[in-house]
Amino acid sequence: MKVHLKIKRFNPEKDAKPYWAEYEVDAEPTDRVLDALHQVKWYQDGTFNLRRSCAHGVCGSDAVRINGQNRLACKVLIQDVGTNITVEPILGMKVIKDLIVDMEPFFAHYKSVMPYFVNDSPLPEDGRERLQSSTDRERFDEGTKCILCAACTTSCPSFWASGDYVGPAAIVQAHRFIFDSRDTAAAQRLEVLNQQFGVWRCRTAFNCTNACPREIPVTQLIGEVKKALVSGEIK
Amino acid sequence: MTQHHQFDAVIVGAGGAGLMAALHASRGANVAVVSKLYPTRSHTGTAQGGIAAALGNMEPDSWEWHMYDTVKGGDYLVDQDAAEFLARDAIDAIIELEHMGLPFDRTPDGRIEQRRFGGHTANYGEKAVMRACKAADRTGHMILQTLFQQCIKNKVNFFNEFFVADVILEDNICRGVVAIDMATSEVHVFHAKAVMIASGGFGKMFQVTSNAHTLTGDPVAAVYRRGIPLEDMEFFQFHPTGIYKMGILLSEAARGEGAVFINNKGERFMERYMPTLKDLAPRDICSRYIYVEVREGRGIGGKDYVYMDFRPETINRLKSGPGGKEVTREHLEKALPDILEFARVYLGIDPMKDPVPIQPTAHYAMGGIPTDVDGRVLADNSKLVTGLYAAGECACVSAHGANRLGTNSLVDLVVFGRRGGKHMADFCKQATFAPLPANAQRDTIAEFDRIQNTRGTERPAVLRNTLQKTMTGDVGVFRNGADMERALDIIRELKERYQSVKIDDTGKIFNTDVLETFELGCLLDLAEITAAAALRRTETRGGHAREDYEARDDANWLNHSMAYRTMNGDAVGVTMGNIKFDKKPVVITKFQPKERKY
Repeated sequence: MKVHLKIKRFNPEKDAKPYWAEYEVDAEPTDRVLDALHQVKWYQDGTFNLRRSCAHGVCGSDAVRINGQNRLACKVLIQDVGTNITVEPILGMKVIKDLIVDMEPFFAHYKSVMPYFVNDSPLPEDGRERLQSSTDRERFDEGTKCILCAACTTSCPSFWASGDYVGPAAIVQAHRFIFDSRDTAAAQRLEVLNQQFGVWRCRTAFNCTNACPREIPVTQLIGEVKKALVSGEIK
Repeated sequence: MTQHHQFDAVIVGAGGAGLMAALHASRGANVAVVSKLYPTRSHTGTAQGGIAAALGNMEPDSWEWHMYDTVKGGDYLVDQDAAEFLARDAIDAIIELEHMGLPFDRTPDGRIEQRRFGGHTANYGEKAVMRACKAADRTGHMILQTLFQQCIKNKVNFFNEFFVADVILEDNICRGVVAIDMATSEVHVFHAKAVMIASGGFGKMFQVTSNAHTLTGDPVAAVYRRGIPLEDMEFFQFHPTGIYKMGILLSEAARGEGAVFINNKGERFMERYMPTLKDLAPRDICSRYIYVEVREGRGIGGKDYVYMDFRPETINRLKSGPGGKEVTREHLEKALPDILEFARVYLGIDPMKDPVPIQPTAHYAMGGIPTDVDGRVLADNSKLVTGLYAAGECACVSAHGANRLGTNSLVDLVVFGRRGGKHMADFCKQATFAPLPANAQRDTIAEFDRIQNTRGTERPAVLRNTLQKTMTGDVGVFRNGADMERALDIIRELKERYQSVKIDDTGKIFNTDVLETFELGCLLDLAEITAAAALRRTETRGGHAREDYEARDDANWLNHSMAYRTMNGDAVGVTMGNIKFDKKPVVITKFQPKERKY
């Protein structure tokens, strides 16, 4: 069937500002939107650009705005969005070319929350793993699913208002460690998130939860971090 | 303008092997990781079901059994010194990952939980054993995330979205790499005492594949073009359970949890072929029997696929769950969330209600850059290259021989990434910087200029599509001489046509038009070697199944194949001319080759 694509294009080497370009491609209803975008790139216009890799929703490269919603282009089928498809870069980030945005500020926010395991206490003497109950492991499970695609952060009105806001993705990553019973740096992470551009910028719009391609309850996890800050307890 | 950098060690690729190596190398050296992707986009992140180690947390296990399974799984083409390191070091490496915070699933007593996987057995083949450590079915994702997190903690230097096009080799000494900054097209020369290639696989030479679009083997082609041999390239694993037509992987963990193959008669056919392990036989064997079923008219609807049945009622009726125990829908949803979602999203099928159409999908290169057990690259059967390392899928240690066991890819990454990283740290302490040749970037610049300015008529996508169809059609699960000769003719014709490609993008910013074309050239080289090596090996062994030579032939073929380019002079573009083959003996220590039955 014919699919009509309207893609926001921008090449700073040539274009004064972004513009909409329209393409028609042949696709199956069960094709991914990414397949349709590849049709454009490979057979119509090689100057068109996007990031992608795994093509099945795991690597997090191809978060884009499809018909006004943040999605992974490889995890949405044509039959899910219809034959008139609008594709543009995720919002709130500097566009480098076409659908490619500057991810550096996103990763800088990520790094700011100490997104790594900290525990300097002695390792088990038997040389084996640290023990953790299934319940304690389950406590932070949701956050471990995050693929850092930025779909949540770039759907957030608070982030659009100020790019200094650390954003939902970074908070999810902090949550993953704060609530890990083996980790010992929760207090430091909470201190980071208690600052001006930390967790209090969240106005619980729920856009992030709706945007997450991994179905992480992002707003809930942010709420749990807020609660930990207010109560001083990590539960 | 070319930019210059100097680091003790440069690691090419930011997947599991590269990051593990970076962590260990950075304890004794100044390290840069150079990758064409952001590290978290690396394909390690898509590995699903588990990582094997004989922890014995569920039931008795031993590294000797793991080693035996690895050797037998590889149809005895495995170098047994490498398999021993793989199985022994796996235990330590997994514990190290846990200490880095990796969120493994837990047993009721708080230890790392393990599950069954294909070809992993207790007591030398007696029964399936629970050896695969896991985090639901996103184990690779958790390994990649954990290693990246630790690299941030340890302040490893990253050059993300830098495309490595060439390896600087002179007088058998590696001196660095040449890379393109994808955002600007600027050329960067990295001067190093030691370089590790950890660029992953190159499955994009096939049409139906589980591999990412970016898995094109560029640095593997680069070292080959500079005269390094590639080992055992004929051995490519076809994973039995790719989503029909799309090739997206559905983990073997599904069968570990009890899923079974079903043909159009509703029969659990693997029972007939492999009475002990049945559906948990190694991947090469399952893939082959799926196509035997199809060929004999028992594919679903007479087509070229069969079903994988995950439904709890099926598993419980056949008693195919772990230990024959009952499984529930709730348990399967928790154990296999991602692959159930893949079936739901991409096929619109709920595997809890209906069986899932699957077919073998090109998955893993057993072959690659030959190395010793410390990741040091071989210049030939007896000589090492100074300062050049390789680890992970792009390398051939060879711990996997003719067929890799499920989960052993992740084991390989952490075990040999770690060994290589440690060796690099020690090497860098005593080595000095070998001088760079004048204008080391010249060949790279020339090739990229050629691609961009050819103004030919051939669309790279058309050439790539032809290559992929040819490889899946003629160099797939079953192979024969006539098909592979035809494939080689087509690949060589594609190489000619590649000389007159048509590029649309003349810009500098993220010129993926040019980069994808360069990638295609790498795939053409690697596909040619794969097809030529497969044509040459006149036997059936592991992942290499010949219709015209159905038996394993230890008398003539119990050896590795080494492929060398013959073209005179070094270059960066596609190779022309014949491939020269040599043999390399297999290292046999504990286990003498015997007939492979499960």
